[in-house]
Amino acid sequence: MNALSLQHVVKTYHNHIAVNDVSFDVKQGTIFGILGPNGAGKTSMIRIITSITAADQGQVLINGKALGTLPPNQIGYMPEERGLYKKMKVAEQLIYLAQLKGLSYHDAKKNVKMWLEKLDIISWWDRRIDELSKGMSQKIQFICTVAHEPSLIILDEPFSGLDPINANLIKDEIYNLKENGATILFSTHRMEQVEEICEDIVLINKGKNILYGNVNQIKRDFKENKYSIKYEGQLSIDPAQQGYSVVNHKDNELILKADNANHTPNDLLKTLINSNVGIVGFSEILPSLNEIFIKQVESVNHE
Amino acid sequence: MNNIWLITQREYLTRVKNKAFILTTLLAPLGLLVFFGAVGFVASQSSDEQKIIQIVDPSKILGDKFETKQKNLIFVMSNENVDALKTKYKDKSFYGILEVAPLKDSTSTEYNAMWYSDDQLALDETSAISKSIENKIRDYKLLKLNIDQKALDHLETDVTLEPHSILEDKKVSSITSMVSGALGAVVGYLMFFIILLYGSQVMRSVMEEKINRIVEVLISSVKPFELMMGKVLGVGLVGLTQIAIWAILMPIISMIGSKMMGIDTSQMVDTASMPPEMMNSMTGKIGSILAELKNMNWILIVPLTLFYFIAGYFAYASLFAAVGSAVGEDINEAQSLTFPLMLPLMFGFYISISAISAPDSTMVVWASMIPLLSSVVMPVRLPFDPPAWQIIVSVVSLIVFSIFLVWLAARIYRVGILMYGKKASFKELAKWVFYKG
Repeated sequence: MNALSLQHVVKTYHNHIAVNDVSFDVKQGTIFGILGPNGAGKTSMIRIITSITAADQGQVLINGKALGTLPPNQIGYMPEERGLYKKMKVAEQLIYLAQLKGLSYHDAKKNVKMWLEKLDIISWWDRRIDELSKGMSQKIQFICTVAHEPSLIILDEPFSGLDPINANLIKDEIYNLKENGATILFSTHRMEQVEEICEDIVLINKGKNILYGNVNQIKRDFKENKYSIKYEGQLSIDPAQQGYSVVNHKDNELILKADNANHTPNDLLKTLINSNVGIVGFSEILPSLNEIFIKQVESVNHE
Repeated sequence: MNNIWLITQREYLTRVKNKAFILTTLLAPLGLLVFFGAVGFVASQSSDEQKIIQIVDPSKILGDKFETKQKNLIFVMSNENVDALKTKYKDKSFYGILEVAPLKDSTSTEYNAMWYSDDQLALDETSAISKSIENKIRDYKLLKLNIDQKALDHLETDVTLEPHSILEDKKVSSITSMVSGALGAVVGYLMFFIILLYGSQVMRSVMEEKINRIVEVLISSVKPFELMMGKVLGVGLVGLTQIAIWAILMPIISMIGSKMMGIDTSQMVDTASMPPEMMNSMTGKIGSILAELKNMNWILIVPLTLFYFIAGYFAYASLFAAVGSAVGEDINEAQSLTFPLMLPLMFGFYISISAISAPDSTMVVWASMIPLLSSVVMPVRLPFDPPAWQIIVSVVSLIVFSIFLVWLAARIYRVGILMYGKKASFKELAKWVFYKG
């Protein structure tokens, strides 16, 4: 079942189309990335999913139900621009925000306590937000997003402003939440995070869905038949005769690109082995999401 | 509904627990007391030095004993003449000499008493001495001209114009308009002050949430309207709390203060020096004021005043919330937008001042039925017993218009809180009202 499904969603702000006929599905219990350059319409889309604004056209279904019909505690949202009441105490604030999501005071307090203990910051219970560092308040912001046990968690650039240790801590918690059945929607323009964490992605540019699917599948779809060969000894063959062009040759690493997809790496390896060169390593080079992203965005922009 | 209540609760509690709130609430009455204490202290300073004054009064105009309101002036009746006293003045055993020469003509209305000293008398001392001499001369003349004091008192007549209705059956009395006016003035002033004070607090609160960006988290949980309403309600309750605390504290503190400072309020009206007839008429007046207050149609006035306050507060506070949502961090920008909001409030306030003296003038009658103006003007008119149809028109129009304004403000608010970096103008705000979703 799909945790989230967008069907032909359109949102227009007076003479500017922010979201232009976007459709995609997010499978339950997966981590899904929404990618796109700045101003692509990511935030507009997220605001529609979180019911902050309404779509002009199209439909948004969460767990198969239309937006207006489900209780507010189904979604946990961490906006890119973080915000907390600076003068309020940590626990007081978290309990209040969880209550606004429909939890009773008792449940809210129980969950907040559980999370503060989990992140080992229970001693902050009575601290005021303006006494905390930026990284510390990021953790509070994360708890405020998940304390009401939402089934769909939307994180907009969740790691910005976090040091590597805290980023890993939050990353682990994201995996935990996923293990417990939550669906995570993850908006960012940091590609390495997406490659590492997300299973599926949608790439948005100028309000349009330009790429959508499984991360590994997309990388295979965009592969350029590039191989990396690491060797010992003297290389005595000419790759051009085998139908490969040299992309880079440095020290004992040779990067080759097949002239067409008919050349299988097996033929190349056979020839290499027969030429008495010692093969140390062989791998296919798949394009990084970053490359695909830049390529796609640029090709759309040039149209 | 539950969400509005939660938001109201938070707004209320964080404000009431705030140190600044506690300080201003408790210290404002205390500050007022200190201020009046200081004023009293300064006023009492001038007259603590004892001054002995020799009186030369050969014709005994002043009688055997002479004193003034200035208790520091000590008068001694001297048997010596002015020249003898002047030579004694050198050793400074007294402050000065007051010569009251015999009255040549009992019908004369001008009289000069002589003051001999190298020191100047203070202004209030001079006036106290002349006032006392005036009284003494008056008594002296009565005696000389053979006028009976009682007969003279009978000449004084206290005239009041006693109104009676002809067609309507309502009780009216001479001081109705006075009491009503005073009551109306107090209510009108409070309205203006409270709406302005707490309305701008709502605006600040909205701006704060927008600036620290928590608003996006909030409206992913609650509707913008709920957020705005909770805020307006919470701040309104804080206002009521503050007023209630002041209403209790003020009399207590001023009582304690007057005890401490030794200022006896009864001394302010010097009843002892007042002739008994005047006393009677005073107590009579106070009695009739109390009777008048009792006679007022409180069952109508209290709930209606409360209604005008609440409706006016909701309309204005919502508009302030809308302005707060439209501006970012720049408080100056907010000022240029709040000024037009304050215009009707200020206009209403000035009309309400004129309503005190002329509650039935055409302008006042109309203003008391026009929404926004009415919430300040009508409460002033209420003690004057305005016709029922005018009250009904005023109430209905205010309800309708307040609902409209809250709706309008909510439309602007829901767009404004998510808008950053756009210069808010009235043209822009008008556009926001028509944005969809």
